[in-house]
Amino acid sequence: MSGANRIPGAGRLTPAKTARFSFDGKSYAALEGDTVASALLANGVHLVGRSFKYHRPRGIVSAGAEEPNALIGVERDAARKQPNVRATVQDVFDGMKVISQNRWPSLAFDVGAVSNLLSPFLAAGFYYKTFMWPKQAWKHVYEPQIRAAAGLGVSPTEDDTDHYSSRYAHCDVLVIGAGVAGLSAALAAAKTGARVIICDEQAEVGGALHFDKSVTVNGLEGFTWAQATAADLAQMENVTVLPRTTAFGYYAQNFVALSERVTEHLAKPDRKLPRERLWQVRAKRVIIATGAIERHMVFANNDRPGIMLASAARTFLNHFGVAVGKKIGVYTANDSAYEAAFDLKRAGITVAAIVDSREKPGEAVLAEARKLGIEVLAGHAVVDTAGKLRVASMSVARNGGGRARSIAIDALLVSAGWTPSVHMFSQSRGKVAYDFESQRFLPGTYAQDCLSVGACNGTNDLQATIEESLAAGELMSNASGFTATQKIEIHGGNAFAWTGGMAGAAEGAGPDTTVKAFIDFQNDVCAKDIRLAVREGMHSIEHIKRFTTNGMATDQGKLSNIHGLAIAAETLGREIPKVGLTTFRAPYTPVTFGTLINHSRGELFDPTRKTPMHALEEQMGAVFEDVGQWKRAWYYPRAGEDMHQAVNRECKTVRDVAGIFDASTLGKIEVVGPDAAQFLNLIYTNSWDTLKPGRCRYGIMLREDGFVYDDGVVGRMAEDRFHVTTTTGGAARVMNHMEDYLQTEFPHLNVWLTSATEQWAVIAVQGPKARDIIAPLVEGIDLSNEAFPHMSVREGKICGVPTRLFRMSFTGETGFEVNVPADFGPAVWAAIWAQAEPMGACAYGTETMHILRAEKGYIIVGQDTDGTVTPDDASLGWAVGKKKPDFVGIRGLRRPDLVADGRKQLVGLLTKDPNVVLEEGAQIVVDPNQALPMTMIGHVTSAYWSENCGRSIALALVAGGKAKLGQTLYVPMPDRTIAVEVSDMVFFDKEGGRING
Amino acid sequence: MADLIGADLATRTPPLAGFHGGSGAASLSAATPATRLSLRAKPDAVSALSLALGLSLPTRSKTSASGHGRHALWLGPDEWLVIDENGADLTTAVASSGVLHSATDISHRNTAVIVKGRGAEVAINGGCPQDLSLAVFPVGACSRTVLGKAEIVLLRTAEDTFRVECWRSFAPYVSGLLNEAAEDAGN
Repeated sequence: MSGANRIPGAGRLTPAKTARFSFDGKSYAALEGDTVASALLANGVHLVGRSFKYHRPRGIVSAGAEEPNALIGVERDAARKQPNVRATVQDVFDGMKVISQNRWPSLAFDVGAVSNLLSPFLAAGFYYKTFMWPKQAWKHVYEPQIRAAAGLGVSPTEDDTDHYSSRYAHCDVLVIGAGVAGLSAALAAAKTGARVIICDEQAEVGGALHFDKSVTVNGLEGFTWAQATAADLAQMENVTVLPRTTAFGYYAQNFVALSERVTEHLAKPDRKLPRERLWQVRAKRVIIATGAIERHMVFANNDRPGIMLASAARTFLNHFGVAVGKKIGVYTANDSAYEAAFDLKRAGITVAAIVDSREKPGEAVLAEARKLGIEVLAGHAVVDTAGKLRVASMSVARNGGGRARSIAIDALLVSAGWTPSVHMFSQSRGKVAYDFESQRFLPGTYAQDCLSVGACNGTNDLQATIEESLAAGELMSNASGFTATQKIEIHGGNAFAWTGGMAGAAEGAGPDTTVKAFIDFQNDVCAKDIRLAVREGMHSIEHIKRFTTNGMATDQGKLSNIHGLAIAAETLGREIPKVGLTTFRAPYTPVTFGTLINHSRGELFDPTRKTPMHALEEQMGAVFEDVGQWKRAWYYPRAGEDMHQAVNRECKTVRDVAGIFDASTLGKIEVVGPDAAQFLNLIYTNSWDTLKPGRCRYGIMLREDGFVYDDGVVGRMAEDRFHVTTTTGGAARVMNHMEDYLQTEFPHLNVWLTSATEQWAVIAVQGPKARDIIAPLVEGIDLSNEAFPHMSVREGKICGVPTRLFRMSFTGETGFEVNVPADFGPAVWAAIWAQAEPMGACAYGTETMHILRAEKGYIIVGQDTDGTVTPDDASLGWAVGKKKPDFVGIRGLRRPDLVADGRKQLVGLLTKDPNVVLEEGAQIVVDPNQALPMTMIGHVTSAYWSENCGRSIALALVAGGKAKLGQTLYVPMPDRTIAVEVSDMVFFDKEGGRING
Repeated sequence: MADLIGADLATRTPPLAGFHGGSGAASLSAATPATRLSLRAKPDAVSALSLALGLSLPTRSKTSASGHGRHALWLGPDEWLVIDENGADLTTAVASSGVLHSATDISHRNTAVIVKGRGAEVAINGGCPQDLSLAVFPVGACSRTVLGKAEIVLLRTAEDTFRVECWRSFAPYVSGLLNEAAEDAGN
């Protein structure tokens, strides 16, 4: 037996297919297809959680996505725990562990419930008013305490062992929702041959047909017709049917995000399957068929377990075969709840009374109630309820006062009417319009190519819904270029047309009362809280929402928004549309982080770029550092060496013997065309006309504002071909910068740019022995100083493969940069290393490269410059062509501030104590004894221990720095003040003879 | 000096060498090394360059021309990616055109993954937002687009086969993402 409240013969589940699960440690039986909610109700469990603020006992309110109360934790194992799952949408699987939330020590006895007694002091806006003074207390007392008390559920602490996937899809017509409306629309669209995707958040299609058993379609019970129609659609090649798939976000140009729950309902999912799949659908047209959500009645103590939406009780009976009580009451302002009473009565359940706030209920339902012998109390109200952990009675009184009569019940079904689900429409930036006649917001002005049909469009009648949906399916297909070839006939019928409905507080919870009549269950917002907000000066619904937190819980006010709005409007004495509706935002229902990031985790979080020689460098013991997406060899420690020792050795070895270095990540751009030199003249500050083929030049490029943007060596391969290099980090943006100017400012030039960064593997060989190392491997290039001087480039062969060999140096030593097509990188690296190692040379990494260049005063753009440095500030004024008529940044350089005295200039710093290494970023002052806050005149940009100089060296940006040569400045640190002397930027081989060795 | 030359001819280490992956729905393999050219030219040079290459350079977006293992992919109004699977010297070929153009050898810059199978579309759509249905992206269609966080050039070589070109350092990411997506395409 799968629960004492299961009615034999009722529902659509198979009694033989059972599953066991536990709730707070207690084991229960369920049927396959049960939700946690239906299974608990089958076992008579109504109490499933505690409310957020007052810790009041709460039960299951709904049977769907709108559930505000029944939030549970679901555990598969230690790593796979999901908090805040709605019990009404989570399928039970065998072995499932369910835990309740927001209670301690237990659900039935919760210490936090003391806040219910303190509730007079916890009015809306309580936080804003109470935790204001003293100011310091916010940081140290209030915030930590509130944070500890806030939050729902417990996050898992282990890594998620599930995986998630992603899929982009395109279609002609996307149908959101697979009830009568959605299925009809999808069928009409599919028959035209259009590509159709139809999704529905529930495990099975059907929507309201889950509960509404009185509906027949084409002679079948509505739900049966829905399944058959979905099966037909799934068979069609042009249709994708996605159950368990929620459309949660509607973005620009009909881009709709769906979350498909693939394995969430399975006891032992195939590990190859993703847990969830994100669909990103681009639809030519969208049909929104999202139905409507029933509202609860707002009256005193309307939140006890056992009080639920009438349609939910009907779903539990008609779909899951579960009676939510043995003696139920109904409190409604609307005809639809009557049908819940009828269904339960026919299933043998006692219906104590239908309390209808209206004087005149619909005549048809009234007649049927009479026929079934159900007492109807029209013009009455439920003014209170009683019962500790489950409702035990309702107090019923005539509208307008009079003695209340207590009626014993164990469940109370409520309905204040139906709210059209305009979430998707509103997310599409459509504007809703208030319909005064039916008192609801309906789709008004469309902003995208979509159409709402059925209940979400305010269409009540079944056949009207079908006709409207068929027409929409055809219309939207036509708009996508397809035409209908056959007429589709769908005929529906139902038992009763529904009338009625109300919004706002019911009898006994009106303006003069202080009862707890809840509108937002999850955030514990009552009718009186809305009124308080208005009294305190909140007149906009946006302010009222934030003051009271109404609609701000994870259910986003699916039940509460309209009630809150109606009460606010009443209190303000204004019409509802004048008060406005808050904006609907994605996601429609909560989406897991796993779905959102899907494949982007671990190795696939971000591309990790490795150079062609990476594996060889790894074998040589390199430690790597991240430079953007690149992995670069940082240093090569030998046995027993720490980083400091390894780097000191590498620095010495390069200057004493030689070193080899992987420079492949440097950006490379091939600039080709008859106007190539002219283009470079415009992009760089230097002049390029005079550069002969076979020679190289160091170039600087500026932004329009005159500040240094990037630098690098450019080799002229031929009259019409340049090999441009950029910084590693600048590769992509320099290419874009150049392309941008070429296309917008210089489109008349015959020149083209191609990124060649990854075409070439680059091996720098630097040091006195550099030539000896490569000489045996090079063919067709005279390497002598005379034939191949510093800043030259030649094409030839190395190890038998083509090379662009550069004679250049970022170390101040004799240097070569060997460029070979990238696939040959590892073999050439190995061949060079085989030459270099016996000579005592080393491989060196980026750290040594940084130190060696600093010893020579070579800047790194982005480290020694920060976007506010001119060439002159960096002592690179020599690289600006004085006679050039134009280049990017030439006007910027003439701005008064850029030529003013006292600009920050790049200089060297030598600490008075040569053993002290400054910290990069440290601030510099003139007088260390001045009062705080001190006047800072600059900061350290680069600082290293230089083994070659036998002391520390540093570069710094200092106001008026060049005029301060030889002066003593100070670097105040937390523990001491460091005295430094301003020097020039070259610390090693000041004459610069080594480079031409 | 010369004694080393020839004897120690450097060998190639292509990215993705020997790579195989995917699923029954979509198999993945590394494309064989090919020569590639980034070709840039103005409209008046198209016919001469076409003659030099032995195939007519496409001039409409999302189209390509193929023949004898050689493909020319339209990437922009003045830009083509030319691939020769037989390793022909493309630079010399276009140089013979005698018209103004820019040719840059990018044989080693790019590498490619071949995605093949009934689930190939779905696998690529795991990270690529383009509409890959046959009607919209027919055989021969090509596009410079994205796969997750990497740029790719996509070419449909058969109804069930795509060539996914990417820069070499992105190959582990591109093949890794395709591998997961190909797995899911089989579900």
